Amino acid sequence: MESGLERKYNFDVVRWFTVMAVVYLVVGALVGVYIASELAWPWLNFDSPYISFGRLRPVHTNAVIFAFGGCTLMGTAFYTVQRTCGVRLWSDKLAWFVFWGWNAIIVLAVITLPLGLTQSKEYAELEWPVDILIAVVWLAFTLNFIMTIAIRKSSHIYVSNWFYLGMMVMIVYLHVVNSMAIPVGLFKSYSMFSGVQDAMIQWWWGHNAVGFYLTAGFLGIMYYFVPKQAGRPVYSYRLSVIHFWALMFGYVWLGAHHLQYTALPDWTGSLGAAVSIAMIIPSWGGAVNGMMTLSGAWDRLRTDYVLRFLIIALAFYAMSTFEGPVMSLKTVNALSHYTDWTVGHVHSGALGWVAGISIGAIYHLMTRLFHTEMFSERLVNFHFWTATIGTVVYIVAMWVSGIMQGLMWRAYDEYGTLAYTFVESVDAMHPYYAMRAVGGMIFLLGAIVMLFNVLMTVRKSVSEGSLAKARTLPAAA
Amino acid sequence: MADHNVKPKSFQERMEVNIWLLLVVTALVLSVGGLVEIVPLFVMKDTMEHHRYPEIVWAKAGQEAIVTVDEAGKPAWNWKAGGGVRPYTALELAGRDIYQREGCYLCHSQMVRPFRDEKERYGHYSLASESMFDHPMQWGSKRTGPDLARVGGKYSDEWHRQHLRAPRSLVPESVMPNYPWLDDAYVDGKKMQVHLRGLRAIGVPYADADIESAPALVEGKTELDALVNYLQVLGTMAVLDESTAYRE
Repeated sequence: MESGLERKYNFDVVRWFTVMAVVYLVVGALVGVYIASELAWPWLNFDSPYISFGRLRPVHTNAVIFAFGGCTLMGTAFYTVQRTCGVRLWSDKLAWFVFWGWNAIIVLAVITLPLGLTQSKEYAELEWPVDILIAVVWLAFTLNFIMTIAIRKSSHIYVSNWFYLGMMVMIVYLHVVNSMAIPVGLFKSYSMFSGVQDAMIQWWWGHNAVGFYLTAGFLGIMYYFVPKQAGRPVYSYRLSVIHFWALMFGYVWLGAHHLQYTALPDWTGSLGAAVSIAMIIPSWGGAVNGMMTLSGAWDRLRTDYVLRFLIIALAFYAMSTFEGPVMSLKTVNALSHYTDWTVGHVHSGALGWVAGISIGAIYHLMTRLFHTEMFSERLVNFHFWTATIGTVVYIVAMWVSGIMQGLMWRAYDEYGTLAYTFVESVDAMHPYYAMRAVGGMIFLLGAIVMLFNVLMTVRKSVSEGSLAKARTLPAAA
Repeated sequence: MADHNVKPKSFQERMEVNIWLLLVVTALVLSVGGLVEIVPLFVMKDTMEHHRYPEIVWAKAGQEAIVTVDEAGKPAWNWKAGGGVRPYTALELAGRDIYQREGCYLCHSQMVRPFRDEKERYGHYSLASESMFDHPMQWGSKRTGPDLARVGGKYSDEWHRQHLRAPRSLVPESVMPNYPWLDDAYVDGKKMQVHLRGLRAIGVPYADADIESAPALVEGKTELDALVNYLQVLGTMAVLDESTAYRE
């Protein structure tokens, strides 16, 4: 460990984001397991408006995407940009504003969504006053990031920072346009757009929340933390340039593939699907770039649990970026749309890729930020297996139920009439919904173990005085 | 400022040493896809079917009240059933607000696709013009429950009431939550006027009389009444002709 980093850089804000990310991972997964259980055993709704599925589902998505994902992105971005630029954050005050502002937004989400205060736009449910706060905090985050790069000591801007930057700019576009609405009360508004235009804008946002927030941002994490943890440079610089520009240009188009065969004009959906197929190439280029960084050091996977998380995440990234384009094809989409297959696909991305790369990066950060070893390596390994098995159980359940649903809806009997009523398909889903809930519980167990391990590591660092000692070391030039 | 000793060789490298150039180029590249896919939907006329088939939209929206209420509290309709797509009445809109609040769109789509099985299960495929007054649209992305785009008129009001209070009393296999609280709350007429005015400000054609009659229309109605009222109008506003190809 280099000495003096604690004086040189602002790691305090990174520490807070990192620990809060783990807290929100547990919260988000817990709510997810609960709503999954509601679908398997509906009595769990308890006739209470505040925990009924329709109000709690946005709590789950907001908690995992914006609370867990957001804290991970902000923490790692502030860490990476300082380390790769060789300078302290441009503004400490602004960094703390971002931390408290973002957490205030999360608290507001947890209060307003169960109360039914929602714009009812998927993944953008929060009402207009919270939306304004999001815009302000996000711009502060972006400004601090860009200005830190502007005052950098290094000559070139490292590839991670390109990805973070692309995400920040795109989220500004998406959030501002998609959230435009006319307020008709303190917590009630109507979207400025209607019908087909609103649908396109909604999915332009919806898919790019995935493509930028949950992919570009986390690729920023990948490009810093995989080489760092492996102790080797990125496999190919050229591949990262192609990966970056193809992703920036291409991902934006994909939203239309969510609206195949709907009242959206055919040309838009087909365009979205065509670009989706083309996106396999840069996505796999990126996955290969990450994995091949390990070239010649594969044996480390046997001993390095953190590296395992990072590499399995890349495997899930490769898998979901293949599955996604396939599902965007009209013939496949005709079957998969409206079914659990989509839910399974999202979770192979969210649990496998996003959570995997985040968890790996967070374990990496813990030892560096608290200047000590993890409280328990064995628990990290235990977490690795629960996360992986939980994810696989979840997505297998959703593949089976999704494809079964799609086939049951379109099945005809020998007399040429529909073979199944809708509710027969609901009934057939029950075992898979139960299996999905179990997969989620296994994943949640791992997340709880992680939180315990992280908190014990903080305690260990305090009792050893290692962080306090690191703070006293003079800053290196 | 950074110490740029290296002389950039390519445009890529120039961006890698200049954050402002990288920022501007990234911002431009990011804007292309959205502009190409979204802007034409606002300007191209074939996006909305009613440009070719004007009869699917109610021509008098905004000029006449959809429905007024007389002294005795009896509604008098200017719009006749099947008379074309129109804005929601205050009571229907109150129901739609509840539909949004309870997150119904998370399990029910409102978008019938042009497939044989969907036609038999739900009815005529949905048109873009049918959701032209939906701010925001409620097309949904998941069918944990069935599509609702054409649920209007399929079941009786009493069926819906019972089903919303306790779905499993009618459909034992259902996984839908019970909504007993909708019986206990009443629709606020003054609030609905504000909601109608808000929608009018963003282009939904409401006549003054629509807004004036809102409180009388929702007087004494529970949230359950409003939601059932909304469900019963879904997909019934326009009468669609089987032999017409509204979309390619």
